[in-house]
Amino acid sequence: MNKGLSRFNVVSLTLGFAFLYIPIVILVIYSFNASRLVTVWGGWSTQWYVALFNNQQLLDAAWVTARVAFLSATVATVLGTMAAIALVRHGRFRGRTLFSGLVYAPLVMPEVITGLSLLLLFVAMGVARGFWTVTLAHVTFAMCYVAIVVQSRLLSFDRSLEEAAQDLGATPTKTFFVITLPIIAPAVISGWMLAFTLSLDDLVIASFTTGPGATTLPMRIYSSVRLGVTPEINAVCTILIGIVTFVVIVVSIATKRAQDQKDRAERLAEQGGGAFAANAG
Amino acid sequence: MPPAPAKAALGPVRRAFSPWNDPDAVPLIRFENVTKKYGDFTAIDNLTLNIYEREFFALLGPSGCGKTTLMRMLAGFDEPTEGRVILAGQDLVGVPPYRRPVNMMFQSYALFPHMSVADNIAFGLKQANVPRAERDERVKEMLRLVKLEKFGARKPHQLSGGQRQRVALARSLALKPKVLLLDEPLGALDKKLREETQFELTDLQVTLGMTFLIVTHDQEEAMTVADRIAVMNQGEIIQVATPGEIYEQPSSRYVADFIGDVNIIPAKVAEADGQAIRLASAWTEGPIEIATSVPTSPGADAWVALRPEKVKIALQPPAPGTANVLAGEVWDIGYLGDLSIYRVKLSSGEIVKAQVSNATRLVERPITWEDKVWLTWAPEQAVLLTN
Repeated sequence: MNKGLSRFNVVSLTLGFAFLYIPIVILVIYSFNASRLVTVWGGWSTQWYVALFNNQQLLDAAWVTARVAFLSATVATVLGTMAAIALVRHGRFRGRTLFSGLVYAPLVMPEVITGLSLLLLFVAMGVARGFWTVTLAHVTFAMCYVAIVVQSRLLSFDRSLEEAAQDLGATPTKTFFVITLPIIAPAVISGWMLAFTLSLDDLVIASFTTGPGATTLPMRIYSSVRLGVTPEINAVCTILIGIVTFVVIVVSIATKRAQDQKDRAERLAEQGGGAFAANAG
Repeated sequence: MPPAPAKAALGPVRRAFSPWNDPDAVPLIRFENVTKKYGDFTAIDNLTLNIYEREFFALLGPSGCGKTTLMRMLAGFDEPTEGRVILAGQDLVGVPPYRRPVNMMFQSYALFPHMSVADNIAFGLKQANVPRAERDERVKEMLRLVKLEKFGARKPHQLSGGQRQRVALARSLALKPKVLLLDEPLGALDKKLREETQFELTDLQVTLGMTFLIVTHDQEEAMTVADRIAVMNQGEIIQVATPGEIYEQPSSRYVADFIGDVNIIPAKVAEADGQAIRLASAWTEGPIEIATSVPTSPGADAWVALRPEKVKIALQPPAPGTANVLAGEVWDIGYLGDLSIYRVKLSSGEIVKAQVSNATRLVERPITWEDKVWLTWAPEQAVLLTN
């Protein structure tokens, strides 16, 4: 593999990766700093991780964030999938272009505007801001990401599969749950994961739409950083990086395995197919 | 299912089968004045068609002729704009696909990728709430029928194209539908496998005693499998007849041209006596004689359809005064092994095809390029077309 890499390639790769990962590596290293001062190295220690688990505020914020992310990702996945199906399946209904434009708009809308408009809406409606308003706000902007992921899967979906199921006696509803959903499940799951991570690291919209008692982790981190970065924050961030890395690795290994299995099966089919044709003939 | 009768028994069954000639026979399927419009485009134009029980019926035509739309209207995926689709006395219009007693085998096979072969076949039975024991028995029977007993646990992507085709067939047969619809069922197979499968399909249809409706653009396929063929063009049925009639007695230039190879010679009717017709044509040396009772009147435009294999080619001119003679020189020769096709250029510049079977090795000098040749045929071997 190294054979193909010229000196230039090695240098540019190194620089590129260094640019991307040095800040993160430094953050991880400093989370094990024994010194209280962030910029001064005082030897190895895990004390900030211990301190973290005694910091009730941070733990509360993490718990709020987890609940918001789980709930909003789930609702956004349901709504986003429905929107994707409507856009792909119902052909050229009146206002389709407008509707699909509206679904995509939050992607390019500055978060500040989304957050502010939601805040105004909640105030106008007289809704008490807190856990539910943050969740609702996250559903709003995560839904369009789900819709896009699911929509691209549906575009390559062979509709005759659904027709075949109906032809064999399954009602449209049953067809959706027994045929369509299992087949598009990978896209739906990645849509959910996307929505989950988006909600997990959202600061701007959450700041606008939250209220007392519903401070999310990014908000808590941001406000502590304003008072000065503590090694504790480095520890939180390291844990978050750990979680995200773990999920990404698990997902890619699973995908790779499924692909390998499929390739093996197809090779098998070609050999088996030849033998069968010989038998039949 | 009754045990399969011996293969020898199929011949008489097929030979004796012709319910379309019986005025008392009630069709199993009837399309009655069916019209289908998509906006301004008319896909099917006021079409009426009867299909009888146990018939293997083919809808044949180029892509976009409406044959698939017609089939999808029977399956319930499309509804006619006007007219009725009747199956076994019941008007199907408005009945959703999942309540229709027909099953379809899809061109893409549409096998459920997340289910095993056995689960694919069992799918319809599950929807019909067939008890488990009976369902398993039926799945086994279907796997046996398509010779895939050992493949029940595999997923569709673990099968070859031919095997997938068999699974799709087994799945659509598992519910024992009143009618099996086949949408270009063999299109994805290679030529050799396709030919084998064509004969297997006919055997299967006779063995099961079911009604099959096949949609295809491949005339050879339609000729091989079907009892009757409907040749379609632009949303209309041009001719419905047995493969033999379609080939030997095409009703129009379109059908003659679409099915097999044909020479179409333009002519004018000179005289008609009710049993034979004499025509004049700029292509021929003398008059054309056709043994036909088609009513025409002198002076009318007509076309003579002549299959290349009915033409005799000779190096010597026929006796003077003989009818049905074309003269020209060999322009091109296609040697196909079992037969040779001569493309003969007439003095008028037109090209006519003559086909010679290479049944015996030629002793005399073979006909070759630029030879002056005479083409002749018997009066009963050409067909008169008036439209």
